[in-house]
Amino acid sequence: MKISAIITLKKDVLDPQGKAVHQALNGIGFDSVKSIRQGKYFEIEIDEKDKKIAEQKAEEMCKKLLANLVIEDYKIIEK
Amino acid sequence: MNSSVIIFPGSNCDRDMDVALKKFGFKNQMIWHNDSELPKSDLVVLPGGFSYGDYLRCGSMASKSKIIDSVIKFAKSGGLLLGICNGFQILTETKLLPGALLRNKYSKFICKNVFVKINNSENKYFKNLKKNVLELHIAHNEGNFFCSNDQMREIEDNNQIAINYCDQKGQVEDNFNPNGAIKNIAGIFNKQKNILGMMPHPERMIDNYLSGEDGSFFFQNLINNLK
Repeated sequence: MKISAIITLKKDVLDPQGKAVHQALNGIGFDSVKSIRQGKYFEIEIDEKDKKIAEQKAEEMCKKLLANLVIEDYKIIEK
Repeated sequence: MNSSVIIFPGSNCDRDMDVALKKFGFKNQMIWHNDSELPKSDLVVLPGGFSYGDYLRCGSMASKSKIIDSVIKFAKSGGLLLGICNGFQILTETKLLPGALLRNKYSKFICKNVFVKINNSENKYFKNLKKNVLELHIAHNEGNFFCSNDQMREIEDNNQIAINYCDQKGQVEDNFNPNGAIKNIAGIFNKQKNILGMMPHPERMIDNYLSGEDGSFFFQNLINNLK
């Protein structure tokens, strides 16, 4: 089974990378871009049959390693 | 006094730290991250560098390595645990220290000398130190200390701020903040003050001819306090 997780910086956490990408996009003509926040995307292939268990495990992975909850939020997405 | 420096794949200040510790009288041992036992130590150091290539987040992979359980056990029983630069990042990732280290505010890797003011001297690291302001070296891309408001309240209530970026005279102001860290924080303690994480590298300031001597004061004072 495949599960995905998206990790994003919390709203009030500074994102200089996103800011730099935003400026670069403006620089090549995408004037209407108002802001960019950069995050991470994980595709997790997991050997589980039960979707609920797989999601629970993905959540645990986010809490224990994939995300740092001091600065980041996570979201589990089914495939 | 016995010390241990942990080597992770990608550590690059481990040998500088070894030289510094030995110069001031520590009997130092280098410990590989994949070992599970720490030798008997009065001080354990997590050195600077780029453990695991800074993959995922700086310090995140190292915080899950095999030796870390023993390091946590050592620190929780009151042992002195010092994390420099990447070591500081590892300490926040293990949650032994609060907060996190974000990318520098101005998107630049910073490599320069800075001054830091000692904010709390009631601990083994800074007690009896002759100087209140130290000139040390920083070299990092992720040194922007960040924490939630609740964490900051706790940090301040427990007097956990160890050092702040400042000018030569010890004035802590925005102008002297190299990376955007909250309240110019360059280093913090845990509540009990036996764990210290800091971005500046004292081990790079142990030779007056090459760099400076403020790191020498730090290490000399530390071993004196441990005797």
